[in-house]
Amino acid sequence: MLRRFCIRWIPAFISWLVAPSWVFAFSRSGARVWLPEGISTVAPEIDRLFYIVLVLTSVVFVLVQGTLLVFLVRYRRRPGRKASYSHGNYRVEVVWTLIPAIILIWLAFQNQRVWSKVRGTPPPADLEVEVTAEQFAWNIRYAGQDGAFNTQDDVLTINQLHLPIHQTILIHLKSKDVIHSFFVPQFRFKQDVVPGLTTHVWLSATKSGQYEIACAELCGLGHYRMRGFLTVESPEAFTAWLAEMFKEQTAS
Amino acid sequence: MNRSSHKSPGFVQKYIFSTDHKTIGIQFLITSLFMLFFGGLLAMLIRWQLGWPGHSLAFMEKIAPEGMPGGIMVPEYFNMLFTMHGSVMIFFAIIPLLVGVFGNYLIPLKIGAGDMAFPRLNMISFWLVPVSIAIVCTGFFLQGGAAASGWTAYAPLSTTMGPGQLCWIIGVIVLGSSSIMGAVNYITTIINLRAPGMTYFRLPMSIWALFITAIITVLATPVLASALILLLLDSTLGTSFFLPAGMIIDGVLQPNAGGQALLWQHLFWFYSHPAVYIMILPAMGIASEVIPVFARKPLFGYHSMVWAIMAIAILGFLVWAHHMFTSGMNPALGTSFMASTMVIALPSAIKTFNWLGTLWRGSIRLTTPMLHALAFVSMFVIGGLTGIFAAASTVDLYLHDTYFIVGHLHYVLFGGSLFGIFAGITFWFPKMFGRLLNETLGKIHFALTLIFFNGVMFPMFILGVAGMPRRIYDYTQYAHLAHVGGLNRMMSVSAFCLGAAQLIFMFNFFWSMYRGKKAGENPWQANTLEWATASPPPHGNFEKTPTVYHGPYEYSVPGRKDDWLPQHQPAK
Repeated sequence: MLRRFCIRWIPAFISWLVAPSWVFAFSRSGARVWLPEGISTVAPEIDRLFYIVLVLTSVVFVLVQGTLLVFLVRYRRRPGRKASYSHGNYRVEVVWTLIPAIILIWLAFQNQRVWSKVRGTPPPADLEVEVTAEQFAWNIRYAGQDGAFNTQDDVLTINQLHLPIHQTILIHLKSKDVIHSFFVPQFRFKQDVVPGLTTHVWLSATKSGQYEIACAELCGLGHYRMRGFLTVESPEAFTAWLAEMFKEQTAS
Repeated sequence: MNRSSHKSPGFVQKYIFSTDHKTIGIQFLITSLFMLFFGGLLAMLIRWQLGWPGHSLAFMEKIAPEGMPGGIMVPEYFNMLFTMHGSVMIFFAIIPLLVGVFGNYLIPLKIGAGDMAFPRLNMISFWLVPVSIAIVCTGFFLQGGAAASGWTAYAPLSTTMGPGQLCWIIGVIVLGSSSIMGAVNYITTIINLRAPGMTYFRLPMSIWALFITAIITVLATPVLASALILLLLDSTLGTSFFLPAGMIIDGVLQPNAGGQALLWQHLFWFYSHPAVYIMILPAMGIASEVIPVFARKPLFGYHSMVWAIMAIAILGFLVWAHHMFTSGMNPALGTSFMASTMVIALPSAIKTFNWLGTLWRGSIRLTTPMLHALAFVSMFVIGGLTGIFAAASTVDLYLHDTYFIVGHLHYVLFGGSLFGIFAGITFWFPKMFGRLLNETLGKIHFALTLIFFNGVMFPMFILGVAGMPRRIYDYTQYAHLAHVGGLNRMMSVSAFCLGAAQLIFMFNFFWSMYRGKKAGENPWQANTLEWATASPPPHGNFEKTPTVYHGPYEYSVPGRKDDWLPQHQPAK
């Protein structure tokens, strides 16, 4: 009897229990692999939403998997006991439809609040930058002194994006060839860059430092090395850098 | 038709160009299991590069001298590998396994019919699959290799590729025609050839799922086919459906004008999101079929299960642009697709609760098919819940195109579909071949698969949260990914073990086909009609067309000695 129980149940338990612990045994070693530092004004809000979803789904996960395991043990086949004959329960079904429905609607509203802020009409911009993606580089264009693009005093760089801290920045994204995606993990957003379309995104950085721009949409064989460098710095440092770049550009 | 008047068919007619739905089902099974194995090998090469970027895998130099010179993978080859892994798994493994195998094998048997409504169409629909595989895989032998623009083939990148990409486009069009032929056949068969007494609400859930899947296929696949034809024209004849003016590729100004790159994504996802349900509904049907048999209990909420499938099918056509939250489409569209995506989570939740309800106060037997069906429920829950992260459009701005999405889709397609497929194969193997699979080997295969599947796929969520983009040949150059190497290596080791575990399945499959214990008509003591005939069933399936008296899940009916009541047996 005991032997039969073991043969039947041990593989099931081992696989259900070992699976997650196998993952954690490995992932615990080394540095923490989790969300990178958030450095834009919207990052905390996106993170908050992420954690709301994480908590909700974790609760559902534990409840469902726990119920599954409890049922597997409790209602395992035993001699002399017959399964109950039931085709369902209307009331229970209504309850377990309504509860997730309410949670999902609430979540949709939570999400919409942040979405309309991130993707809605941008606030007035302190600085506008044009970023043109191509296989496999980011071309950056600043309007320069006159504040207008495509004039004599535009400042052009390749793969070097400098942004002043705490200012609202409007980025115009364009592509020369195929679709790319402008992804700065620390800003918590990405925006595809589509040929034939100019897409506008806004952001405001909250922490100075050196970061990286990754291309997040497959764009060909050099996709993996389409990396840009982002520097967030004080407005003074930024102005000085821009002037420096302009000088270099006119000298050459 | 008088079945006894059939002349005994020759070898070719019986095993190769057969019009018998059972033979066609098994042909689909062997073909797509082979492709599943091939797709898995491609995945292991991907994992090699991700676990040990730039390390040499010496023997591969002989197989792919251009893609892996000196055994070291080049980026183009990596792009080709994940493109072909996705394409092979979706088009040649999961869809044919779920729809081709179970659709063909089960529909006539479970509704009490002698064969499909259009047996010849059925034969063509199978034979187009090897043709399609041949066309797509020809790319491996052409200059520049097979398709390398992702299984989504986003324009304009896909139009700038070499001949391998054209093979991919043509091959997928051929496969789409095969799916449409199969689907038309399934719909007609289910509507017209049901045995007397087999009303719609006495159909087993697997048949409901395949029926709805066939309807989705008929509605969605032509959209993909037409989009692919437009893509082919853009790539070869210089049209501009998806190509805007002013593109400069390799320093050359392209002559196109007036196209829309996002149009491809809309058309592609208009097919491919419903296709996600093509790849999960039949697996849900299988789970709904297997769980009551081994819980010895009627399916909980049969009617709501049917309505949930229908709701998923309808809503499935209204959520496609949730793949495009970051694409640059109007943000207002993002809101509506976020809302519809939240809604589609509901029917899936209802189905999960109903499976749990079926287990409640059952008498559970943990056979191999049952273990796979339970793993389906358990893993599908993870796939579904992680979908909510992606559905919340703002969170998706961060998670889109990272490994989080790769993890999510593998929990749905491997954790969901493939465990459903394993449940189905192990459940119906005795019917298909007349012999039982070895239970011990089956359980070992199950346990190893579940452990190593989680070992590969679960860390993907963590990597995605850490901001690791998908489809990336070498992540080590990014500062924010400097510390993910250990996790990646652990995933790769799991992937190789996962692949090795499938050899146990292969061995068990072929060994049991000849050496397994004889199964008899009804080894699982199940109710549905396929168990009312010999294993394997004769040509024409039933000696006499059965009459159906009740629904498919009458288990443990009070007052009866046996705890099952077959559909073709009257209660008294």
